[in-house]
Amino acid sequence: MESSLLSRRLLALYLSLVIVVMYVPMVVIGLASVSRSRFFVFPIRRYDLKWYQDTFDSLQIQDALWTSVSISVVVALLSVLLAFFGALAYARFPWRGRSIYRQALLIPVFFPQSVLGLALQLWFNSLGVTMTWQATIFAHLVWIAPIVTMIIAIQAYGYDSSVEEAAFDLGASRWQVFRDITFPLLGPGIFSGFLFAVLLSWSNFSLSYFTSGADVTIPEWLYGKMIGGYTPMVPAVGFLSVLLGGVALTVGLLIRARLGGRR
Amino acid sequence: MTEHTVPLTGAPVSRRATALTPPPAGVWCALPMILLFLLGFLGPLGMVVLYSFMPRGSFSPIGRPTLENYVDIVAQNFHISFGWSLWLALLSTAILLLVCYPLALAIQRASPGRGILITVLIVAPLFVAENIRLQGWVLFLDKAGVLGGSLQALFGWELDSLVNNVPAIVFGICYIYLPFMLFPMLLGLASVPHDAREAALDLGASRWRLFRDIELPLAAPGILIGSLLCFVISLGAFSEAKFLGKGVIVTIAQDIESAFTFGQNWPRGSALSVLVILIAGVAVFLAMRQVRLENLLGRR
Repeated sequence: MESSLLSRRLLALYLSLVIVVMYVPMVVIGLASVSRSRFFVFPIRRYDLKWYQDTFDSLQIQDALWTSVSISVVVALLSVLLAFFGALAYARFPWRGRSIYRQALLIPVFFPQSVLGLALQLWFNSLGVTMTWQATIFAHLVWIAPIVTMIIAIQAYGYDSSVEEAAFDLGASRWQVFRDITFPLLGPGIFSGFLFAVLLSWSNFSLSYFTSGADVTIPEWLYGKMIGGYTPMVPAVGFLSVLLGGVALTVGLLIRARLGGRR
Repeated sequence: MTEHTVPLTGAPVSRRATALTPPPAGVWCALPMILLFLLGFLGPLGMVVLYSFMPRGSFSPIGRPTLENYVDIVAQNFHISFGWSLWLALLSTAILLLVCYPLALAIQRASPGRGILITVLIVAPLFVAENIRLQGWVLFLDKAGVLGGSLQALFGWELDSLVNNVPAIVFGICYIYLPFMLFPMLLGLASVPHDAREAALDLGASRWRLFRDIELPLAAPGILIGSLLCFVISLGAFSEAKFLGKGVIVTIAQDIESAFTFGQNWPRGSALSVLVILIAGVAVFLAMRQVRLENLLGRR
């Protein structure tokens, strides 16, 4: 099986190459953020942390950070709430119409996001809803809650529902079964769903851009600067945003590993 | 095709009388998601359709319906941006199929623990806003960027800017949407039983036969879903063309955006959106007839 060994090596090499390519832009952003010059030129002549200082001093960016964080936390909490029940309807209970429900659930995900964002903008406008960060929360939910539902539904498929039946037979109330059995068994899925929702909302641009009105999230602030004139604060803010997301993901995955369960 | 009317729910007709009994738990649980779907997806889409039949430049969905926006679209060369968007979406989906298949195979052959680590590493960039990552590529590929600057410093090669052209846009789209192809593909490949592979190899199947007769048919649902997801999402590509293309081409999503913003012509933006929705809808419909999503994620 010599050819197999060779092909294995080639595949491993290819895999490492792709992983490196996936992170090239983040590394470049990191480099650009510590270059002193107004316009990025490589190799960097003078290193400086000035742009980070400017970033921390900027009230605009503090506002954007606060908006982004509020949106992603609220979106994640609401998504998990909606998705928990949505997943039970998807995977656990048989009911009429479930098959249509299953097919329709993910359609908003299979949809160009920029077009969805504009459609929501038109919708809010027509209904007279003032577009602020609250409207953006709703827009994010349309896209994120179905994804979280799928994540929890996968978990719900994985467990044996006869445990619940046994508890009922032993005289447990509906609430007790929910609290002591259903919720803990779905726990890992719920946590993964929450983590995904925070991060997807944090990094979303298209839906926020069209629905947030005068409020600005971090990706929107970056977009504005990229279009309106590059400043080295763009990579500084971008890199900080990458770091924050990375820390959240790492901590989340560590907690998730402790919870155990499928995937 | 009209003969093919199997009831979707599969519920016996005799249970029509359930209106008197309270709805089962499943209905209650599904209700919030159904409301979200109606108010956050079908409602807005319906509004877009409604606006697309309103007179030019009107700001209200109530008025005399007209087809003038669609006539304008045909008359005003919007087929160019439609063509670009379709071409970009098809091309990048095809490229991603070729790029991701060996990748998925490699991940699947790795030990479970490493497989998960690699998957996380490839999927994690999704959690970085796409405009940050695109800006990173611009700073890498531009004339005095990391690539050009390094080549200049190391070998004295003058490299022209590699951005602001169509291949750069295609690259950007492939880069951004790679995880969307890879993830469903992995799920699909995971459903190929190891025994089937072993058996085929024991019986003397070549690598190619194994791929054609065992892996491909069994993994097809995952591959199809991945392709569909990539195609449909990249149809709305917007930032890629803006940052990596800097105006060499205009995609349909950019046209729609400018109709809504600079143009202040909501009905035109709506009519353009309706056409995108139709294309996406046809693609989803065709793919969903071939494969059911829940089979991919459900019990194996």
